[in-house]
Amino acid sequence: MSLRTTLGRVRGHGSAKTGTVQGAMQRLTALALVPLCLWLVIALVSHVGASYESMHAWLSSPCTTSLLLVLLAVGTVHAQLGIQMVVDDYVHGCAKSWTMIAVKFATTLLCVYAAVSVLRAAFAGV
Amino acid sequence: MTSRTRPLSPHLQVYRLPLLAKMSITHRAAGVALSFGLILLAYWLGAAAYGPAAYATAASLIGSPIGYLVLFGFTVALYYHLTNGIRHLLWDAGWGFEIPQAYKSGYIVLAATAALTVVTWAIGLSI
Repeated sequence: MSLRTTLGRVRGHGSAKTGTVQGAMQRLTALALVPLCLWLVIALVSHVGASYESMHAWLSSPCTTSLLLVLLAVGTVHAQLGIQMVVDDYVHGCAKSWTMIAVKFATTLLCVYAAVSVLRAAFAGV
Repeated sequence: MTSRTRPLSPHLQVYRLPLLAKMSITHRAAGVALSFGLILLAYWLGAAAYGPAAYATAASLIGSPIGYLVLFGFTVALYYHLTNGIRHLLWDAGWGFEIPQAYKSGYIVLAATAALTVVTWAIGLSI
């Protein structure tokens, strides 16, 4: 058993040195999501009540397909980092690991499913 | 009773959170809600990929009163998280840290959320 205080033990070791990448990534994805989300809302609102054919034509334009794929990837990373932050603060012990494993699995699957759907709608005929 | 003048720790059950604290926790709540919104987005995109029949089902589900209520909730959550997120990015850049400025930007975020939501739904419902 060490008789040194916790402060004494930690002093001089500096920061954890890793971890800033998550913070930077959270900001970078946030910045990208500002125009992407506004674009999605405007596109969806302008398609209110649109037929399947016109929705399909919109989905299969290269611009829409690209932007949707980027939005899904960036949005998923942003959601994972954000949920991680909340889970780190409010869930403790073993439940924390299991929650994060479930969140990572679910968000990844959801992202892949949505991306494959976008590609299928884009490349398959009406 | 000198002890009465001593500062109390802000316990959640007895402490009325100031606006900035409420906005902070709401930002997180909106973010978590929007993560669940990805499920709706994936469902809708999936329906578009499965074909006209699946798309019609999804469209009628989303176009139902409950669907509209859910969409309205996501609209508010998205605009709040988006505008408050910009506020966070400005803080990260070192701007607006003073408490009066934080309150001012907070009120701007609340007003922008309300305005953007109203404008979006006014346009959406008029189409």
